[in-house]
Amino acid sequence: MWTFFHKLGSPPWLYAIAGAILRWLVPITLIALISGTVWGLLFTSPDFRQGNSYRIIYIHVPAAVVALAGYYVMAIAGAISLIWRMKMADVVMKAAAPVGAALTFIALLTGAIWGKPTWGTWWVWDARITSMLILLFLYLGVVALYESFDNKEAAGKACAVLSLVGMVNIPIVYKSVDWWYSLHQPASIKFTGESTIDSSMLYPLLLMIAAFYALFTCCLLMNMRAELLQRESRTQWVKRIADEKGRG
Amino acid sequence: MYFNTVQALLMMDGHGVYVWPAYLITAVIIVMLLVAPMRRRSRLLQRLAAEVRRAERKTVAGVRGGQ
Repeated sequence: MWTFFHKLGSPPWLYAIAGAILRWLVPITLIALISGTVWGLLFTSPDFRQGNSYRIIYIHVPAAVVALAGYYVMAIAGAISLIWRMKMADVVMKAAAPVGAALTFIALLTGAIWGKPTWGTWWVWDARITSMLILLFLYLGVVALYESFDNKEAAGKACAVLSLVGMVNIPIVYKSVDWWYSLHQPASIKFTGESTIDSSMLYPLLLMIAAFYALFTCCLLMNMRAELLQRESRTQWVKRIADEKGRG
Repeated sequence: MYFNTVQALLMMDGHGVYVWPAYLITAVIIVMLLVAPMRRRSRLLQRLAAEVRRAERKTVAGVRGGQ
């Protein structure tokens, strides 16, 4: 067990294991994304009230779910790097921020497009939508804050604090549809009790949620690998990889 | 399959103008998310490989110069 933790802190080991995971995770992710999209767009019936516009659900909900989950990854990594000074946690935090920002942007954009035929408006300053916009700013804030420091250790600390403070926003996003009167519909998938979505729509949606989780993992690992190479560019193991690539 | 013709699939009873752009933009963002770190990594490796070669030439030249 301890050797595992010890290895987690070793950049060459992390770089290699991330590469090995990506070799099979990237194809699986692409297959899941494509089959989920085809299933949702072509093989499901339209919603009896919203018609075909509801098909946006297959990207909107997965993007939003994983954007929130990604924030946990970023904030927990930030906490670990603050408390235990683990350098690799700092790498994870930095790698997660742009991916989370992109997924939050997808959720907001598809939500706006979906809102037009359903609510008659692109945008409302509604609790759910506003708290998601704050989530986007938190992610972008971490990205920008990291770049604004020359001292990367100080940058890591500042970003970790920002992402931990931003955790306040997460329960607000979850509960916003229950706490405030909202245009946004409440969650259709429930862990407890009966889901209010037909199983013919639920299964492709679950596939897409899984695919987006896999996508987040792929992007996280790829960003981590690039970041590791850059941070360790003066070390022998990186020079060896560069040399092999240069000759190969 | 729910739609009978390609045109019906594209139109989606008038909702195609919303559904298709949403999917298209999402696809573009996903491709960018995947390509950006790959490009960053290969550029970095190229630069480092060039540095390694330069350093090698310098050592070889240094050894010869010392003889």
